[in-house]
Amino acid sequence: MTPLLAQVTPAVELRPVLPELILVGMGIVLLLGAVVARRVEASTLLLLGLAGVVGAGVAAVGLWGWDGDLTVLGDAVAVDRFGVVVRLIILAVTAIGMVLGYHYFERSGETRSEFYPLMLFAASGMTLFAVSADLITAFLALEILSLSLYVLTGFSNRLGSIEGAMKYFLLGAFSSAFFLFGVAMAYGASGSTRLADISNALAGRTGSIALAVTAMGLLAIGFAFKVSAVPFHMWAPDVYQGAPTAVTGFMSAATKVAAFAALMRVFNIAFQPVTWDWQPVIWVLSALSIVVGSILAIAQTDIKRMLAYSSISHAGFVLLGLTAAGETGISAALFYLVAYAATVIGAFGVVMVVSSRGERNTTLSSYAGLARRSPVAAGLLSWFLLSLAGIPPTAGFIAKVAVFRAAVEAGYWPLVLIGVLASVVAAFFYLRVIVLMFMREPEEDTEPDESWLPRAVLAVPAVAVLVLGVFPGLIVGVLEEAAVLRW
Amino acid sequence: MDTPWLTVVIFLPLVGLPVLALWTRATDVQARVVALAVALATFLVSLGMLGAFDPSLPGYQLVEHADWVSSAGLSYLVGVDGFSVWLVVLTAFMTPLAIVASWGVNHRVRLFMAMTLLLETAIMGAFLSLDLLLFFVFFEALLVPMFLVIGVWGSSRRVYASVKFFLFTMAGSAFLLLGIVFLWFQTSQQLGHASFDIRQMEQLSLAATTQRWLFLAFFVAFAVKVPIFPLHTWLPDAHTEAPTNGSIVLAALLLKAGPYGLLRFNLDLFPEASRYFAEAIGILAVIGIVYGAIVAMMQTDVKRLVAYSSVSHMGFVILGIFTFTAQGTSGSVMQMVNHGLSTGLLFFVIGLLYERTHTREMGEMGGLAAVTPWIAAVFLVATLSSIGLPGLNNFVGEFLVILGSFGADRVLGAIAVSGVVLAAIYMLWGYQRTFQGPATERHTGLVDLVPREIAAVVPVVAAMLLLGIYPKVVLDRINPTTAGVVAWVNSVKVDQQGLPGGLRAQVEPVDGTGDVTAAAGANP
Repeated sequence: MTPLLAQVTPAVELRPVLPELILVGMGIVLLLGAVVARRVEASTLLLLGLAGVVGAGVAAVGLWGWDGDLTVLGDAVAVDRFGVVVRLIILAVTAIGMVLGYHYFERSGETRSEFYPLMLFAASGMTLFAVSADLITAFLALEILSLSLYVLTGFSNRLGSIEGAMKYFLLGAFSSAFFLFGVAMAYGASGSTRLADISNALAGRTGSIALAVTAMGLLAIGFAFKVSAVPFHMWAPDVYQGAPTAVTGFMSAATKVAAFAALMRVFNIAFQPVTWDWQPVIWVLSALSIVVGSILAIAQTDIKRMLAYSSISHAGFVLLGLTAAGETGISAALFYLVAYAATVIGAFGVVMVVSSRGERNTTLSSYAGLARRSPVAAGLLSWFLLSLAGIPPTAGFIAKVAVFRAAVEAGYWPLVLIGVLASVVAAFFYLRVIVLMFMREPEEDTEPDESWLPRAVLAVPAVAVLVLGVFPGLIVGVLEEAAVLRW
Repeated sequence: MDTPWLTVVIFLPLVGLPVLALWTRATDVQARVVALAVALATFLVSLGMLGAFDPSLPGYQLVEHADWVSSAGLSYLVGVDGFSVWLVVLTAFMTPLAIVASWGVNHRVRLFMAMTLLLETAIMGAFLSLDLLLFFVFFEALLVPMFLVIGVWGSSRRVYASVKFFLFTMAGSAFLLLGIVFLWFQTSQQLGHASFDIRQMEQLSLAATTQRWLFLAFFVAFAVKVPIFPLHTWLPDAHTEAPTNGSIVLAALLLKAGPYGLLRFNLDLFPEASRYFAEAIGILAVIGIVYGAIVAMMQTDVKRLVAYSSVSHMGFVILGIFTFTAQGTSGSVMQMVNHGLSTGLLFFVIGLLYERTHTREMGEMGGLAAVTPWIAAVFLVATLSSIGLPGLNNFVGEFLVILGSFGADRVLGAIAVSGVVLAAIYMLWGYQRTFQGPATERHTGLVDLVPREIAAVVPVVAAMLLLGIYPKVVLDRINPTTAGVVAWVNSVKVDQQGLPGGLRAQVEPVDGTGDVTAAAGANP
């Protein structure tokens, strides 16, 4: 226990939040700089933004060997290897997303300097969400990331973009309210919003289990909304379709990582004593997401919507890993998240390259014969789709095996069976795109973006998908160390 | 450190990929030559492996092991035994033929050749993996290049055929993955360390019911690949729509992954369940033999005819495996090689005909023997081999399988024999409709075999004769492994409870370790 004095005036230990401070600091600098200097080249902003991300990454790596308190700043922020790994995933995705966004807005002529600060703020919210050791901090982080994402979604002048932002905002506000209500209930159950205290109260049965279970349910709704798990997924297809594609890629990869990280932390720490109560909840969310996501994806005619439904079913697969409480589940889910993040931002990146200005060519039919017009784009997209489908030797395959194993260990056989069958269904709609690209003649006259920058950037996730698929051992050790949550 | 024969033979084909990918200005001919050179080099290496293989040992040889993900028990573990050694040589032998067969493909040649080489690696890897997940990786990885080969370079209904192929196979292997994960979990429970090594998994003690469920999970995946009736419907489409190259790879190599998987994994890991289901599978196999033969008889498309003949022939292979007799099992392995050679050659010749006549309908051919006598001669050799004429390769395999099945179950054996008779009917009739009768005018002036094609055909025909006249060279290497597996399967007792009445009256160990040498002329 922390001494009383320290609780009253918590020691200000800032090193554990240095990554967030760098992100926010750089965001503010860029925001003000753009106002003051008026005409700043977008490329300068991009480079500064990337510098911020890299700086935050370095600061995060510096925390790997942290041997101070497990939580700092009045027990608001946890310092552990889990946090380091999650931060690095989010930051990597942010960097790729920023470059893609730079290219996207330059090309569409919608460059606005606020894009970079908003990305940095969103990233800081995400990383903070992943390391919050207190539900209030978690809520704040959730709001930081959500508000940034609402704006980013509506960043384009297209009607769809604005509509998407509106939908996301309204439904997001709802889910935030649920989350906050859950926080209140948790406080009612245990007299604290700190994860460790909640856990201790529930373990010692000094807290009300009924209230705690209610809190768990409400928080689960908040999380399920953010990770777009069925039945809280309704917003995802519209928002994914409406948002500028570069933002969609960033959002679908990074938000999921952050929200799942927070979910793992909250459920495995605060609600660890009631594991038997939350496992069925995860079970149901997982089964529904996998089935509904895979089946509805078949009916889509727009590739961004298809990928949105695919991401819903992937949320289900991560949850499948999480049904195994504890380290097995966490390390499996982390691997899945790494693989998924690399794959999905790559896939949206290719979609961005293929669609011309104003996001016209996002229908599946515009992918017909792509292999002829742009073999590199077709090859990259096929590669990412195979990873989403879980075909070896991609990272997606290893990830799938990892979550299946976790669920088998936890004894959730029926769920694994559902997962296995759904992945066959899913293979169908991924395959359909490959069929279109390689086996059909072009229908519409589209000219894919031939510039080098997005291709060069997309090589990064493509290589990552291959390396993680062939040598998963490279990161498995790190993830297993990161999977240990201490409190 | 000895020469890592197996790693080289698996990954050598991949050497061609960067060359084909980066040499963007290569002409079509250059791309084909690169692929052919790599495939031939791989064949030489496979011969080296054959030389290093000690025929007298029953277990895995030339084993190579490297940790892959040590904490998960995943390893790069490859080894070869009497079952896989010939399949690897067959793969290396048929791939150059497949490349020559598709010499006429002239769009996106580099990608096509790259896919062919990728397929070779995936198939080799599947045959040589002793680590279950590694096997699965190769087994699944071969789907994608095969899918593209059929879908991009196939004929009119190629997209339908390729998607059907992909989904059937993927649906089957989904259950396999489930089974693998379960076994993996069991190793960590029972042995104290997680492992995918099949030699470790053999030591697991599984309850009879568990074993049977796992058997079924594995069986479905392999049965789709074989294919076993009634899971065969993808095969005629895939074979027919694929380009010649694809048909050869499918028939000669890919189909072998199914029976190989049954032999290697189902028998080894689930001996009790194998015995339990043997009768039912035997019945399915025999249905496949007869059904495939009858449907083949009704075809007017010569490629479909050969495709259905594959269903029939693979029935023999399955029947042989599940007799658990030395003759049956050795015969099955032999038959896998034989079927690869003869069906591969048939598809090759059909490809030549299609290039020349632009039709696969037998009704539109007719009388080609007068125009292209050498093509007709090669087709006739392949036909005679396919129907099991003594002196050619198929005879030995079929004979051993039938011998073995009579030892296990006379009725099934007797029905299986009818498949041989039917084969003679549909194959010879097919030959007659294609090559005999009066020549039609539109076929006058067709070119007979050109030197490139002769060079491809001669080695295959020579191999068929060699195996037909002197099968000892093959059987000598198969038999020790067979003896080990048959003894292993027959050593377990079958739990009679819950055995459906009427199915296989005698479940006592059949006299399986019987003397194969008498039949095959091999040394004990």
